[in-house]
Amino acid sequence: MNYPENLKYTKEHEWAKADGPAVLVGITDFAQDSLGDVVYVELPPVGKELLAGKEFGVVESVKSVSSLFAPINGTVVEANSALEGNPALINTSPYAEGWIVKVKPANPADLNGLLSATEYQKTLS
Amino acid sequence: MLKRTVLYEKHLALGAKMVPFGGWEMPVSYQGIINEHKAVRERAGLFDIGHMGLLRIGGKELPFLQSLTTNDASLLAVGRCQYSILCNERGGTVDDILLYRFADHYLIVCNASNTDKVVAWLTQHSSGKVEIAPLINLCAISLQGPLALPLAEKGLGFSLSSLKRNHTVSAAPLIVSRTGYTGEDGIELVLPKELCLDYWEKFLALGAVPCGLGARDTLRLEAGLPLYGHEYDDETSPLEAGYAWAVKLNKGPFIGKESLARRSAALPKRLFGLNVEGRSIPRQGNQLFDEEGKEVGTVTSGTFSPTFSRPIALAYINDPAIAIGSRIFVNIRGVKQAAAIVDKTFYKRVK
Repeated sequence: MNYPENLKYTKEHEWAKADGPAVLVGITDFAQDSLGDVVYVELPPVGKELLAGKEFGVVESVKSVSSLFAPINGTVVEANSALEGNPALINTSPYAEGWIVKVKPANPADLNGLLSATEYQKTLS
Repeated sequence: MLKRTVLYEKHLALGAKMVPFGGWEMPVSYQGIINEHKAVRERAGLFDIGHMGLLRIGGKELPFLQSLTTNDASLLAVGRCQYSILCNERGGTVDDILLYRFADHYLIVCNASNTDKVVAWLTQHSSGKVEIAPLINLCAISLQGPLALPLAEKGLGFSLSSLKRNHTVSAAPLIVSRTGYTGEDGIELVLPKELCLDYWEKFLALGAVPCGLGARDTLRLEAGLPLYGHEYDDETSPLEAGYAWAVKLNKGPFIGKESLARRSAALPKRLFGLNVEGRSIPRQGNQLFDEEGKEVGTVTSGTFSPTFSRPIALAYINDPAIAIGSRIFVNIRGVKQAAAIVDKTFYKRVK
């Protein structure tokens, strides 16, 4: 399992990363491995307001359905449309091509309050 | 404490994800459910089914079995097996089983989660006079797919060309039956535990792909095969599940017969397939509504179909006016998704 040091994490298995003024959000390697083959991602519309800790979409695998929880407050500026045709990108590339939404943070400093890679890995054991 | 089959260590070595199932710790998948599913549809997949209950029933117990099963066990010849159902007095399902007949005994294969219940049920109705013995020294594996038969012949070292569907061949200590739970051709192999790993390794070396419970579920769902706890339970009869052919109301008395006869006149619900629009997957417990918003049924199983690359589901419909072709709505996480009622057999093998 891989947890890059340059990302921030939540205990609900999302990752977040500053991308210029925006923040990219996806699910962790642990989450994609637990879900198995991802077959559908319900993406939020652009403009949707996200509240930290609240559901903003779902990921469906063959076996189960999981909610996506917003890591921080913000507004969706883009959803990864590549996932519509190829949801398995979440399995093959959870931290790059499998990103889920790009968010304009309400307060960019909120990112600092999330877990580090080490802290996140501790929640898994 | 979860039970483990003799292949447990092997599953871990193959990188399986293990999950609890029916009191057992079983592999849900090794390399991904979709890959394993496709291996079975296109080539050959190998399943550990050592969790299933194997019960030996003494030799001269036809009247006992006839009094407890819905199918006609008197038609079961030596060397064959028969799909049958144990019903309670209400016509509900205690378990669905495979009944094998051998020269000097019968064998019942039942669901892992129901094994204790089935043993108790049989014992309760046997007046202590019938030999009902869990075969704890045996286990089973299943080889399924279009290449399963030739692969099995190579691994076993004898021909299966005369082995017809639902027949068995006993090559002591092995029992091979041409049966399965995937909608494909294939065999199930019942064998002593100490030989299990050898045959497992042998079939893998010949090219069979190890498959877990995840693929087993998507395969059976595409084939419209019922699973206890989803399509069957203590209140639901095999008639509702579409197994009237395995309920012989013209044979002698058996437990549940009167209730089943009453139910057959007006089924309280019927099992159908669902083709949903959109990509959200209906899951067990999702409710169904007609166009007027009246509740008409419940989803019993739903998944993503690897063969058709879209969601499929099985559902019980309680409104007799709804039939194949009807349009209904499934409530998936609060959103009503349109769906068409279809036959429950989504996938039929081309023979």
